[in-house]
Amino acid sequence: MNIISEIGEYTMLMFQAFKRPDKGRVFRRQLMMDFKDLGTNSIGIVAIISIFTGAIIAMQTAYNMDNPLLSLKLVGFSTRQMMILEFSPTIISLILAGKVGSSIASEIGTMRVTEQIDALKVMGINPANYLILPKITASVIYNPMLIVFSMFLGIAGGWVACIVTGLVPSSVYIEGIQSWYDPFTITYAMIKTVVFAFIISSISGYKGYTVSGGSVEVGRNSTQAVVYSSIMIIIFDLILTQLLLV
Amino acid sequence: MIEVKNISKSFTGQQVLKNINTKFEKGKTNLIIGQSGSGKTVLMKCCIGLFDIDEGEINFDGRNFSGLGEKSKKEIRQEMGVLFQGGALFDSFTVEENIMFPLNMFTKMKLDEKRERVNEVLNRVNLPNANRKLPSELSGGMVKRVAIARAISMKPQYLFCDEPNSGLDPKTAEVIDELISDLTEQYNMTTVINTHDMNSVLQIGQKISYLYKGNLWWEGSNKEIMHTDNAELNDFVFSTELTRRLKT
Repeated sequence: MNIISEIGEYTMLMFQAFKRPDKGRVFRRQLMMDFKDLGTNSIGIVAIISIFTGAIIAMQTAYNMDNPLLSLKLVGFSTRQMMILEFSPTIISLILAGKVGSSIASEIGTMRVTEQIDALKVMGINPANYLILPKITASVIYNPMLIVFSMFLGIAGGWVACIVTGLVPSSVYIEGIQSWYDPFTITYAMIKTVVFAFIISSISGYKGYTVSGGSVEVGRNSTQAVVYSSIMIIIFDLILTQLLLV
Repeated sequence: MIEVKNISKSFTGQQVLKNINTKFEKGKTNLIIGQSGSGKTVLMKCCIGLFDIDEGEINFDGRNFSGLGEKSKKEIRQEMGVLFQGGALFDSFTVEENIMFPLNMFTKMKLDEKRERVNEVLNRVNLPNANRKLPSELSGGMVKRVAIARAISMKPQYLFCDEPNSGLDPKTAEVIDELISDLTEQYNMTTVINTHDMNSVLQIGQKISYLYKGNLWWEGSNKEIMHTDNAELNDFVFSTELTRRLKT
């Protein structure tokens, strides 16, 4: 019953958020700030995790390929496939759910408990629209760029690892990443990324917006935002994979 | 003038406001007083539209606020200024941006005009040159003054103040009281103040409404409150040694 009530509350909030902004200029300003806070500030963590994960995938694949009948170019191929199909869109989204999701929920939650949202409302401003819509828009636009960035860095990380460890020659790895390429994998990854970005920003916005109480509740709702977003990402990963790939 | 007619409000079956009838007069400082839990914050939040009332109506100069649609409510809200208990300044904005915010949202003023208005209200609350400061760099009294500056930036007809003196030392509290009183007179606003500070009651209470267990128990001025024979009100107002001495 509680879940149904929360879904209803979330849907109502989204209806409020997806209204035409009162002032386009103010919306654009908020959007720019959110591009920086939610997107640009995540480049560092995305880069570090992607490079190292790409390197690890390449090394583990190479170490486990002890059958001489298997071509070494499979290392490049599997690194590319894993980065594009699953690691970059899903795992990076899970990491962003932790970083960006908790940031959104705690920012909006603190505004709620310090009456800043009430202040917006009594000024005649739609707080859901003013606070949540720019964050959803920023995430949906910026996250695909982060994910493409992650894919490149992950594949590059695998290449560097192969050269440094000497497990796979550079030319073989590059041949591998060029082999059996299906452009639809990118489309699939981008669809997933956009859906996950919406999940992260909207659930976190909802959890922050509905905080009642004080700092303890802000912390609790921020944690819930990350947990709920992560669960929904995994569920939608399964659904989208079934719909788009199988 | 704000007219409150027969309003009631309940939360999960518990009635917090019971058939309240009162008028908040224009150009006067109207105080709502009462013990914690008496319903004064709920009454104010009903007036500013943060809570929907169960029964009755609230009229702003004859316009039934509680019966209006969101669009019409929005128009009346732009005539309101609200000072929240903690100031409710936007943390990421500077003082100037905070005060400019309603001007950005609801006016077509040019940047120079907006800056001029910001400086005007900052001077009015005795905070010149605070434009570039962030809320985290301000003292409690300064936060309240910036919040007042933001509340009056749109030249409101109605000013609501929720516990304007909470957390302030007596001297700063007096400054805030005087400021609100002066602004009410200067802009001829209908000011409603929610407080349990007895200094405010005696200093600026031109019209006082005493709430007791969700009922409107007594109404009068700061002069009349000194001589009332209402037992519950006396018990509340003269509960400290200082106020008891004042009465004798």
